[in-house]
Amino acid sequence: MSAAAVQAQAASRLLLSGNEAIARGVWEAGCKVACAYPGTPSTEILENIALYPDLYAEWSVNEKVSMEVAIGASMSGARSFCAMKHVGMNVASDAFMTLTLAGVVGGMVVAVADDVGLSSSQNEQDSRFWGRFAHVPVLEPADSQEAYEMTKLAFDLSERFNTPVILRLTTRICHVKAMVTVGERDFHPVSGFKLDAKRWVLTPANAKFALPRQIAREEALRAESEMSELNVVDAGTDKRVGFVTSGPAFMHVRECFPDAPVLKLGFTYPLPVEKIKAFRAQVDQLVVAEETEPLVENELKAAGLYDIHGKDILPRLGELSPAALMPAIAKLLGEEEPPPAAYAKIDPFPRPPTMCPACPHMGVYYTLSRLRKRVQISGDIGCYTLGAGHPWNALDTTISMGASMGIALGMDKARSPETKDKAVVSVIGDSTFLHMGMQGLLDIVYNRGNVTTLLLDNRSTGMTGGQNHAGTGKDLHGEDAPRVDFAKLCEALGVKPERIKKVDPYKLPVLFKAIKDEIDVHEPSVIITDRPCVLSEFYDGFKPYAVVDKDCNGCSNCLNVGCPAITVSRTGTRQRPGMPDVELKFTTIDTAMCTGCHMCVDSCGPKAIVPLHELKEAAQ
Amino acid sequence: MSTDIITNILVCGIGGQGVMTAAEILSQTAIAKGFDVKKSEVAGMAQRGGVVTSHVRFGKKVWSPVITPGTADIVVGFELAEGSRWADMLRPGGVAMVNTIRLTPPVVSVGLFKYPDDPVAQMRAAGVTVYDFDAGAIARDLGNLRLVNTIMLGAISDYLPFPAADLEEQIVGRFRAKKPAMVEINQKAFALGRAAAQASQQNLAASA
Repeated sequence: MSAAAVQAQAASRLLLSGNEAIARGVWEAGCKVACAYPGTPSTEILENIALYPDLYAEWSVNEKVSMEVAIGASMSGARSFCAMKHVGMNVASDAFMTLTLAGVVGGMVVAVADDVGLSSSQNEQDSRFWGRFAHVPVLEPADSQEAYEMTKLAFDLSERFNTPVILRLTTRICHVKAMVTVGERDFHPVSGFKLDAKRWVLTPANAKFALPRQIAREEALRAESEMSELNVVDAGTDKRVGFVTSGPAFMHVRECFPDAPVLKLGFTYPLPVEKIKAFRAQVDQLVVAEETEPLVENELKAAGLYDIHGKDILPRLGELSPAALMPAIAKLLGEEEPPPAAYAKIDPFPRPPTMCPACPHMGVYYTLSRLRKRVQISGDIGCYTLGAGHPWNALDTTISMGASMGIALGMDKARSPETKDKAVVSVIGDSTFLHMGMQGLLDIVYNRGNVTTLLLDNRSTGMTGGQNHAGTGKDLHGEDAPRVDFAKLCEALGVKPERIKKVDPYKLPVLFKAIKDEIDVHEPSVIITDRPCVLSEFYDGFKPYAVVDKDCNGCSNCLNVGCPAITVSRTGTRQRPGMPDVELKFTTIDTAMCTGCHMCVDSCGPKAIVPLHELKEAAQ
Repeated sequence: MSTDIITNILVCGIGGQGVMTAAEILSQTAIAKGFDVKKSEVAGMAQRGGVVTSHVRFGKKVWSPVITPGTADIVVGFELAEGSRWADMLRPGGVAMVNTIRLTPPVVSVGLFKYPDDPVAQMRAAGVTVYDFDAGAIARDLGNLRLVNTIMLGAISDYLPFPAADLEEQIVGRFRAKKPAMVEINQKAFALGRAAAQASQQNLAASA
């Protein structure tokens, strides 16, 4: 996070990520209320906004609530802002799709960050669709400076046209640092909520009158887009291929084809079709370079510009990086394709993300892997999704935030003769449970499902970097806040008190017994694990452990805990007459990484894992 | 070096090794020298012990934030296998500066994959110019494993379009303000990294 950006005087030039630049833009625009639920790559926008004075900022429990808070603030005449990742907009869209009918009072900007290339998401969506769907303008910055400027412009646009505005971002905006020149803060007084039932109470009778206004607004925005300075032509000199492009794809195009004519779109919905038609006439061939869906391309074709290229020559998915653009354009021009890289690719081994040493989730997945044949495991979204990987292989589904329990209930209600005796378990983290999960548990209770829910409460929104939520007892600013009592919450949802157990996930035998007991009971049950995330402020490390080499029998059971601090020191083979050979792996613990959770101690048969200080004392 | 030329540096390693910090320091040095800079990073899930890379590009005007494969001037590998993973990003004549520490992920520990015996040899067989040394051992000798970052920056400091002293000042300046006690040890680490890279280069020249 950039404290430097917060303190920067107007006209200073700083190296800022897109997320940091947007935060500065939000503050300078005089925004009064800003909210979000964390989600890669958008998380740092709110973390940075939280550093600025004189505006209210919060972590909301989910994206829909963050959207609603922003709507309420806008209705009250304050400039408001919410940020989310692409899939967050799916959650928030219910509120958004009707807000667009009512319009805004204070300017309202919704930043939606698409994870082009899926660095940390379950799908790849193109959020520009929401502009078409909701009839609202979409602005697309191409770097940090533009992200900062367009954020401020978006508030003005919002107020001028009585509409929320989508600021469409991608990972290469959010997580790229580039130079930004910042400005001063504007002052926008809050006018306060004014009663206007015809406008704000969207019953069918009232909404009916809003619909034509929404369409008229879209036409006015179309005219605005045609004239907008955000849609700018660079005439270029090499007219063989011209590009219509937006966002980071523009930067890649400029990098690869410095002399090509380019129509750079910043105001991308409504699309300035007439401007593009005029541009088309100036170039031999036109290529639309857009991430990720062929939205602009299809719209141009619908408008009669058939003779253009786009996804027919460019990759349909992922980033339009120079490596993707150059060969495609060379082929189009009938030129020789650029030579391959000078050196052959070396692919040593995959290095998937791992859980941290002492991560409490490891105990849960180690235990589930021991019960693997007896359980179907419906998973959710967070660090614990890694339970699907090695060595646990103990997570069978991941669809969307909070889906684990609804999916578990569906599995429970749709059993085959082969799965009728399997226990159905759902696994969900604390932040995800509060985000969209608890409704699923209510449905399990209400419909008398036979599901055991493992609620992994690590007091953190872990995967996005350890943000606070309603269950941590702290807010966005780290200030004390009311803390949800998960056991009471589950009880209130109707789970029987005797079916709610709190378990220390570091105590593997206790955890094993708790899960085994609960899957044997055919009614809704909840097991809450209560060790904090090792990266959170709530975690206190213990003293590290070590392997007594002479006592290690090479069984490698401790490796199945999945702790990155445990590695193989040497291998061997055990040969016994009349028995198949057994491969042995003797292990060692990296004491610098070990924080002494002692889960591996419980997994070790020969008791070869002991506190490091005991080993040292014995050696003296 | 002409200011029209873009310098591309790919810093790679695994989550928690300080890849981002090294890239940030390089970027700030380039800014101090008056270059336009873009720095691209892959974070998200990669924070959890996964692969981490940061692309640092600087020059008169930088457009794309990503380095095109085959155009990197330097690949800085904070870990041995990671250095080899990204070596093909180098341009002909580029340099891979690799810390020889081997960090074994759980997928290797449990036996699903093998850690290559000699990634440096693999890279050299592919024609890559590799300078390798054990930055971890140097840091341990200095008594602080976190110094690996400064050591690696020292190692590449003779291969940049600005004097090594500018990069050193950027690092030391950070400590001077916040932790003055760390200034001297970082200067030492920087010098040792620089010397280790030069020694590796000389060894390679001697054996060629």
